[in-house]
Amino acid sequence: MCSLCGVLGGNEHWTDAAARPGVFTRNHASPDRRRERAERVRAANEMLSGLGLVLTDWQGASFVLSTRTGRSEIIEDLGHLWPAAERLAGRSCDPLDVAFIARMEARHVV
Amino acid sequence: MSFEASGFLPINLLTGFLGSGKTTLLKRILADPAFADTAVLINELGEIGLDHDLVESVDGEMVLLRSGCVCCTVRGELAAALKELYSRRERGLLPPFRRVIIESTGLADPFPVLSTIKADPVLRHHFCAGNVITTIDAVNGLRQLDTYIESNRQAAVADRLVVTKTDLAAGCEGPALQSRLRTLNPDAPILVAADPDLDLSSLVAAQSNVSSSNSLSPSGFYCEEPVELVSADGATHQAAISSISFSIDRPVDWTAFGLWLTMLLNRHGERILRVKGILNLSGEERPVAVHGVQHLVHTPVHMDGWPSADHTSRLVFILDGLDGALLKRSFEAFTPARMPQMSSVASYPIAAAQ
Repeated sequence: MCSLCGVLGGNEHWTDAAARPGVFTRNHASPDRRRERAERVRAANEMLSGLGLVLTDWQGASFVLSTRTGRSEIIEDLGHLWPAAERLAGRSCDPLDVAFIARMEARHVV
Repeated sequence: MSFEASGFLPINLLTGFLGSGKTTLLKRILADPAFADTAVLINELGEIGLDHDLVESVDGEMVLLRSGCVCCTVRGELAAALKELYSRRERGLLPPFRRVIIESTGLADPFPVLSTIKADPVLRHHFCAGNVITTIDAVNGLRQLDTYIESNRQAAVADRLVVTKTDLAAGCEGPALQSRLRTLNPDAPILVAADPDLDLSSLVAAQSNVSSSNSLSPSGFYCEEPVELVSADGATHQAAISSISFSIDRPVDWTAFGLWLTMLLNRHGERILRVKGILNLSGEERPVAVHGVQHLVHTPVHMDGWPSADHTSRLVFILDGLDGALLKRSFEAFTPARMPQMSSVASYPIAAAQ
């Protein structure tokens, strides 16, 4: 636990259960863990950019989700990401929304 | 991995519409010596419980939840009853049972029971979700599926479908009922209660341990080939429950898949009755089995290896009123083989690996 802010460890979201370096480790292999988190942040930002939101890693313990005007929310794991994103963006994040799908498809055509 | 090896006690849920033969099946299960170490919880709707009087063979290991339907009113009571069972087991007041079976009321939605196990901070360290076993009455089953949404949901979330009362049915409805159940739930094995060769232990076996079932694929996953559904048949259903299965030839990016599925469940969780799949992840040798019911995703299981040379990922979704084709397109759009590295990414203030 971080003594300054009282954030507990213990992240138990189902996406954490991948047998990949950096996913299960908490106290060891810090570079792997940071790399894994950076990869998650990158992948999440691919999806969030269309909503005007940016996710950043926060001290390797939590994530901070921010709008372009700086409104921010701390989230613990990816299970909390989408409800928070909907609150901050003021609209739903629907992966079955045709416009959203088309935006994501357009990104892959380079 | 078997349930025993994991150290968690599996909780199996026996459900099925009113009068579909749940108690009869339970009595049969409990008479089987292989089920001697089973604790039973019976949930009944109504002031006076009857079913527990009909099941006489288990004495101290049976608990009756009286206050109402397991899906809405007794979640707290269910958690308390399970904790009490576990406490008595640990204190030696009960034999060390190795599994729990909950018989739910005929109108219950199975999801809240599973989420109770997963959400309760004590329960989730001792118990795990076993199988959802759904009984379907061969005589009235089709009519119930036409009329009651509960019946559809029970069939859709099942891990095992047990058709009962086939000896009473005229026989003409059998194939129609089977194909209807396949439409709702393409990958659960359909068993016939009257079958003399029925292996009761297969009802509660972990999926990867079940063998020699007709519908079981060599991979341990029930849907080897994507099931093609007849849309004309689906159109006549009152309930909009449908399923979609698809194969993915390329390795899947776990991070993108996790983000996508989390987003999908956040928005449409109650309408995704079931998600089940075996994934070939990029950068990993072993396949991963994913298993979810509505908002709840079980911890993914890392299988020991691919059983055959076919390393194709497969996903099955059972949907209530969602467009399967759109869901597949969404999957493709959000989880490409490798998220392209774009120049704009560099502008994100990522805390870089140090």
